Amino acid sequence: MSEDKDKPVIEIMLASDRLDPLIEIHEFTDPILTPGETVEYLEGYMTGHGTFPDGEEIKASVGGVVEKVNQLVSVRAMNSRYIGEIGEVVVGRIIGLQSQKWVVDTNSILESSLHLTSVNLPGGEQRRRSVQDEEMMREFLKEGDLISAEIHQISTDGQLTLHTRSLRYGKLGQGILLTVPPSLIRRSKSHFCNLACGAQVILGCNGYVWVSAIDENQSGGFIQNMEVVQLSDRETITRLNNVIKALAESKVMLFDTSIQYAFEESMKYSMFDLLRPEYKLDLVLCTAQKLQTLGLTD
Amino acid sequence: MAQVLINDAEKKFIVDGVEVNMRNDGRTCNSYRPMELECDLVSTANGSARLRLANSDILVGVKTEIDAPHPDTPDLGKVEFFVDCSANATPVFEGRGGEDLATEISNSLSKAYYSSFPLHKLKIVSGHMCWKLTVDILILELGGNLFDATSLAVKAALYSTQIPRVSTAAVDGKNIDLQLSDDPHDCWSLDVSCIPCLVTMCKIGDHHLVDPTQEEEACSNASLIMAVTRKGKITSTFKYGDSSLHYNSVTKILKAGVEVGKSLNQALDEALVRESKLGPNRKKFGFLFVN
Repeated sequence: MSEDKDKPVIEIMLASDRLDPLIEIHEFTDPILTPGETVEYLEGYMTGHGTFPDGEEIKASVGGVVEKVNQLVSVRAMNSRYIGEIGEVVVGRIIGLQSQKWVVDTNSILESSLHLTSVNLPGGEQRRRSVQDEEMMREFLKEGDLISAEIHQISTDGQLTLHTRSLRYGKLGQGILLTVPPSLIRRSKSHFCNLACGAQVILGCNGYVWVSAIDENQSGGFIQNMEVVQLSDRETITRLNNVIKALAESKVMLFDTSIQYAFEESMKYSMFDLLRPEYKLDLVLCTAQKLQTLGLTD
Repeated sequence: MAQVLINDAEKKFIVDGVEVNMRNDGRTCNSYRPMELECDLVSTANGSARLRLANSDILVGVKTEIDAPHPDTPDLGKVEFFVDCSANATPVFEGRGGEDLATEISNSLSKAYYSSFPLHKLKIVSGHMCWKLTVDILILELGGNLFDATSLAVKAALYSTQIPRVSTAAVDGKNIDLQLSDDPHDCWSLDVSCIPCLVTMCKIGDHHLVDPTQEEEACSNASLIMAVTRKGKITSTFKYGDSSLHYNSVTKILKAGVEVGKSLNQALDEALVRESKLGPNRKKFGFLFVN
């Protein structure tokens, strides 16, 4: 083990060296409003979420981008809790058990729930849920476990009900969980991305991103693969972790291509360099340029 | 400490990573995350500093005050630490939730400073008057490794502390005639070279690492926190966490911690010198990103 021999690496920067991580790639996109900024004149418009009427004007009450549907003006916040929609893929963490359901943290305003009836229990899909199953709930999923799931229902107060009734969904094994603002996750056909660099990224629409090694025999059950992750896989995972964090810090949209490009760009830096602000910014700029030449920014 | 919830598979991933010297953010076991320091942010305090280590955000303010010394140490000044854990950091700190952690941090600092802080410099009139430094520590955000971050911020704030110069101090029976210098800029600053920094050595599996993230803290059963000065002197140690440490690993950790402590102090000193070279009229950045 070389850890005892190598010198400690410690870097203290000054505030005067601070870099602004936000980059100017948004030339084609809507401007970002700050709270209190005027969105529109009140005449002919209705105030929606994230806005308030002030005299003759509609002003933004949150920082974000304007959305207009006919006469309704609303501002979608850049940084908010997750507001789900039915069918979206989320990553969540079990935080509690109640009778017949698990309580899941999905970064939304209220705690989400996963009913015992909305999971695939071992032994066939059409199996009846018995009292034994209810008693064994903690064997399937316990506090702290991570799951990928789909939004099944949204109640009137905004509480999400999840389901994992597909082989794609279920308990997650070894890997890294990252938290990014939910607005940065681009909605796409598949949120399960097997990247060319050899890792799987689950882009939960709630802003929880799961990075892990590609698992060939994905069962979607409750079995976790507890074998030691290979060093090459681990390298890819940790690099992806740093890369995604850098992209999110600069507010670059996250989807399979942006992550893959950023990963390729990152290969010229060492792993530790990816923690330094100047290299992170450079990486993001290179990625943004590449995406822009291909017309993939939005 | 406010612990994050993680599951067995994530723990295994972290523990295996430490085994091969590759942590979740690509660091080796012996490296700190880059941190950012700014001194003299708070204009109403005599000295202040803000340190941000990844997500751990600490703001420290130092106020000076004239006080009577303890009867048993008439020639020494006083230093007091107050820690406030903001509920912005985590909802757990709401109400009195952060109190335990706050006491723990302030105790660890007073213990570390007890034998090394130049208290005799704070004497004004022996047995009657001394300077009292009140160090207020505000924890604004949590990102792991609070002890190290706090001690670095405190040391930086003490470095930037300006103590007014006493022009005359005459004792006339029981009355003491004290006059501070007329010029408010006529101040002196403390010599912080012998002040220690806290180094957390987090034991995970058979290995130990520096600067643990919150997830790594959740994986570790015990860490050894030691106060190390620039010259490598250990002024205090204590163990954090539920389980115990074996004698052999303690000696190993102490040895490694001294080296880390030396480098940590050196890095801080360099940063402080670099900042003071920018002059007293340098631009203050504070908490805003945009320059």
